[in-house]
Amino acid sequence: MRRRRLADRVFWGAASLAFALIAAPAVSVVVSVFHQAAPAVGWSLFLEDTSSLGIQNALLGTLMLLLGVLVVAGTVGVAAGIYLAEFAGGRTGHVLRFFSEVLAGAPSIVIGFVGYTVLVVEFHWGNSLLAAVLALSVLVLPYIVKTTEVALRQVPTSLREAATGLGTPRWTTVRRVTLPVAWPAVVTGLVMALAISTGETAPLLFTGGWSDQTPTLHLFRHPITYLTGVTYFGISEPGARAHATAAAAAAVSLVMLLLLILIGHRVSARARRQTERMHL
Amino acid sequence: MSVLAHGTRPARLRALPARPRLGRNPELTRTDRLVGSVLAVAGAVPALALGFIAYEMLREAYPAIVFNGGHFFTGRVFSYGNLYSSGVEVRDGYRAAQGAHFAILPMIFGTFASSLIALVLAVPVAVGGAILLVEKIPSRLQGPLGTLLELLAAIPSVVFGLWGVYTFGPLLSRTVFKWIAALRIPWLDSHVGHGEGLLTASLVLAVMIVPIVASIARELVRAVPAISKEGAAGLGLTAAETVRVVTLPFVRTGVVAAAILGWGRALGETIAVLLISGATLNSYPHSIFDTFTTMAATIAAILDGALTDATRMGVHALAETGLVLLAISILTNFAGRMVARRLSDAALPVGRGV
Repeated sequence: MRRRRLADRVFWGAASLAFALIAAPAVSVVVSVFHQAAPAVGWSLFLEDTSSLGIQNALLGTLMLLLGVLVVAGTVGVAAGIYLAEFAGGRTGHVLRFFSEVLAGAPSIVIGFVGYTVLVVEFHWGNSLLAAVLALSVLVLPYIVKTTEVALRQVPTSLREAATGLGTPRWTTVRRVTLPVAWPAVVTGLVMALAISTGETAPLLFTGGWSDQTPTLHLFRHPITYLTGVTYFGISEPGARAHATAAAAAAVSLVMLLLLILIGHRVSARARRQTERMHL
Repeated sequence: MSVLAHGTRPARLRALPARPRLGRNPELTRTDRLVGSVLAVAGAVPALALGFIAYEMLREAYPAIVFNGGHFFTGRVFSYGNLYSSGVEVRDGYRAAQGAHFAILPMIFGTFASSLIALVLAVPVAVGGAILLVEKIPSRLQGPLGTLLELLAAIPSVVFGLWGVYTFGPLLSRTVFKWIAALRIPWLDSHVGHGEGLLTASLVLAVMIVPIVASIARELVRAVPAISKEGAAGLGLTAAETVRVVTLPFVRTGVVAAAILGWGRALGETIAVLLISGATLNSYPHSIFDTFTTMAATIAAILDGALTDATRMGVHALAETGLVLLAISILTNFAGRMVARRLSDAALPVGRGV
């Protein structure tokens, strides 16, 4: 018995160590990034362009990319999710769902490469907002499709049956009954897609390009700067100030990600309450 | 056809079964079909995008496939050749700069070595941490700690790169690496430098896949039936023994699926590896501390240079590299899903973190 109790202690000791090994890097990353960013933090960081070691254009660029992803991947992804959950027949749905999940496994650099050879070179769009938005959209599309479909499938069958029993057509049922119930969960998926977009670099390197100017609404031939790009290029640049700016851009993207995670929590808590109410 | 909504006409009701429309669902109205077909276009977009990416990579890679032949997978050197001379090398009708030579075996080795070391390190840690989180940590703290896990999953790879280059790598090279190297074990002894290299990159990759595996493991551990655990406790088993005989068998399949998906992420990881690996082309690492490179990191690092190649063979060769990476990633993703299929309905995420 003594040996067994000892084994129990050893096991939980190892599990605690494992937990510490998970938590420590997260804390260390945040602390080290903010520590390195400290010298660059100030109003000028948000008011100057990258040419004067600020990040204003990059922050605006990232926000524009997020908006673009929301418009492109958001509409297509939610529509695709609705189709898979409510309209697709067994076999078609199976095949489309399968390919969507396989797309999620495609490496981001490959998506960026194709974005470069096709959109930037072949279509003569140059490094541009639209090329970057499309590359990011392809990357996050599978997540939006999946979360939308799952959200709709979790709507209680009784609601659907009630609507069908009243003779409500399929699309009206979706629009008036299932989609409103599933909406908070759909939004959680969209927020998640925005979080992924905020953190990506590889698909943007050759599609977005680099510009020291404030981004414009031009879709073509105007390169766009983004936060992760400032970090990526700044790391290899000489000079303590460039290095601090790189870390500051990283810190700002971490703050954005934390905000997105908290928004996601708020929305998914609402989604849970919604489902619980429906099940009563 | 929704009969009730449009008033009940007996004649119509009788007519319905007499004329069964093959392939069409009679419950759908005209609007339903119209909306359905518009949505179907959106539903096909992910599949079309995947097909387009695969086709485009194959098309872009084709000249390189012919030019390089089987040597691509067995050779060591990847070089654009002399881009400043006007000399051109012609093989099988395709032109490349003089002295051009494209082979990726060291990159394949680096990709598998770094991702497999990461996987071996990450899985036990992720499962142990998840078990502790569910079984021992009070539920009051589970929310904030879950958020920490989410934040870890959401940290951008470029931020991991920054951390690895300036904080984690130097720390390791000053401490743990030095101690290990002092033991003079083959493969584990060499200059540890500033911490750039295979082991640091693998450790950072491990940190990146831990949240993927841990979040799935957490859901699975939570789903273990309480009655089985109570039964084990009733038989007098300790908590650790209960984990071994009840929890682990219950979560095994899901953890394997999660591990394969996490492995897929490590294979395709670009920016963090590029910054931390030392990005050394054309050589194998001589020890676990040595610098190296992977397929994904190479594409990001040297595509710029390939663009100055007038014969465009450099771009084609990188496309061939990307094609190999794409094929490997799709295969691992597929394998993960085949394993996951054996689960009833566990929430398996689609791949990347967050």
